[in-house]
Amino acid sequence: MTRSGRRPDRMGHSIFMDDMRIEFLGDAALLLRLGERIDAAINRRVHAYAALLRAQAPNWLIDITPAYSCLALHVDVARIDVAHVSGALASRGDPLGVAREWLADWLARSPVEVDNGAARTVEVPVAYGGDNGPDLAAVATQACICVDEVVSRHSCAEYSVAMLGFAPGFSYLLGLDASLVMPRLATPRTRVAAGSVGIGGAQTGIYPNAGPGGWRLIGRTPLRLFDAQRDPPTLLRAGDRVRFIAIDAATFDEMNAHPQ
Amino acid sequence: MSLEILAPGLLTSVQDGGRFGSRGLGVRVGGAADKYSLDIANLLVGNDRNAAALEITLVGPSLRLNRPATIAVCGATIDAHADGVALQGWRPIALPADSVLTLGTCRRGARAYLAFDGGIDVPIVLGSRSTDLRAGFGGHAGRALQAGDNLPLGGPHAATTTTIAPASWWIDCVADLDFGDSIAVRVLSGRDATTPVDALYAREFAIDSASDRQGLRLLGNALHLANDYERVSEPAIPGTVQLPSDGRPIVLLADAQTVGGYPRIGHVIDADLPRLAQRRAGQHLRFVAVSRPQAHVANMEQRARRARIALAIAARQHNAERQALR
Repeated sequence: MTRSGRRPDRMGHSIFMDDMRIEFLGDAALLLRLGERIDAAINRRVHAYAALLRAQAPNWLIDITPAYSCLALHVDVARIDVAHVSGALASRGDPLGVAREWLADWLARSPVEVDNGAARTVEVPVAYGGDNGPDLAAVATQACICVDEVVSRHSCAEYSVAMLGFAPGFSYLLGLDASLVMPRLATPRTRVAAGSVGIGGAQTGIYPNAGPGGWRLIGRTPLRLFDAQRDPPTLLRAGDRVRFIAIDAATFDEMNAHPQ
Repeated sequence: MSLEILAPGLLTSVQDGGRFGSRGLGVRVGGAADKYSLDIANLLVGNDRNAAALEITLVGPSLRLNRPATIAVCGATIDAHADGVALQGWRPIALPADSVLTLGTCRRGARAYLAFDGGIDVPIVLGSRSTDLRAGFGGHAGRALQAGDNLPLGGPHAATTTTIAPASWWIDCVADLDFGDSIAVRVLSGRDATTPVDALYAREFAIDSASDRQGLRLLGNALHLANDYERVSEPAIPGTVQLPSDGRPIVLLADAQTVGGYPRIGHVIDADLPRLAQRRAGQHLRFVAVSRPQAHVANMEQRARRARIALAIAARQHNAERQALR
């Protein structure tokens, strides 16, 4: 990637760098875009950039939100001293433009290395069906397979945590078996139990807290996905590999009554 | 060194300047929905501008102070009394120990901020004292206040008064808040376009009663996207204007989710987020398109006004201390 690879687009809104693009997200954030689809390789690069940026963040970079194929860089524009920046941007008094220039330069000298070997594997026990997974039978019907086959296909796959978002500790997992891809519920539930494992489109994930939700619920884990008092507060981290281990309802009740 | 909640009001919670640094875990920024009013209330009582205060929604709480305190009420215009004496907003008020403070109905605006000198000293969780009402952590017990709650106040505190002593001066918020029935909010273009392209700006929207700290839901004829396809979830921020499939925009507020899959058709500028947070159900707003340089100027102007207010407050407090020494 070279500086000559950058060019402002027609609208002056973004900078292209080969396969990357820097966009503005409102007036206090940049969006570094690596793609526009759910793709494990793109997602690994997103998290590699997020980790490197966290380690090297200037004081005005106050938060980073990695997502599937892009990451937001949240900027405290008041901490960017435009007076000490030379050139045309400073004269326009444009701190977010200064941040964008910094990011473009940083990207040009910061090749990321994606390390697949470092990912840890987390086993997540799940009680499938019944009250723990009220949509399991409907998912089986829609997929034209039996309930046991849904459980088998869901628990045999290896998933990776693509991002945490939407709610604290909510983990979006990649790796769902293609036969289990299901549209969301037409009418979301007003209350989903904490720990519920759901399918939403090609994604599967776990609800950390009770609340409303539109994914199809096939099971539930007794593990606590998020605890603000715990360090780290989330059970899963972006990049983790996840395996679901089928447990029966009695084991769920036992584990739920005696959380570790 | 605490205050005791006698009646909680409609939805009263501990909020500060917000929770930063954990968005990658899905933790929203939260904090005061109207951070301008929180900021001024804290300055008036001598606190750091991001200190924790009470956010009051539409109907306020009653509480008892167990130490003398300097308080300030900013944001929405709200009925307030201390032991039967009517209190005005946007000024510091010294109250003696054992005062019973009664906040009534918000007359104009939706959210009032009640700050105490020393701040509300609940534990810091993930870098903030704010209550995350949806996830149930932070603030006091991770929830809205209830009768019987005791909240610790920070120290050291300077108030020693034995009488109710309001300042004779106040802060004018007219440049930064607007409680009128219909307001204009400035918006930057988002990633997704509507058809026609000016659909967002061409009409007035009413505020739906289902609005909350996460977002203002807007009522009006459905808007349409120029390109309708299933989007991959991407980061969202307070101010993001989402367009769900029903065509009715949602403007995200302080409790914006960290990522969302809805198309985003605009982003309200930072300086107008306090105005948004003061909208009430049934009131109206319209969007005005601005460029990023225009947004930057508006944000800088608001910061400059806040800096002047901070200086003016510091000067008044300095004079008051000198007079007290005489």
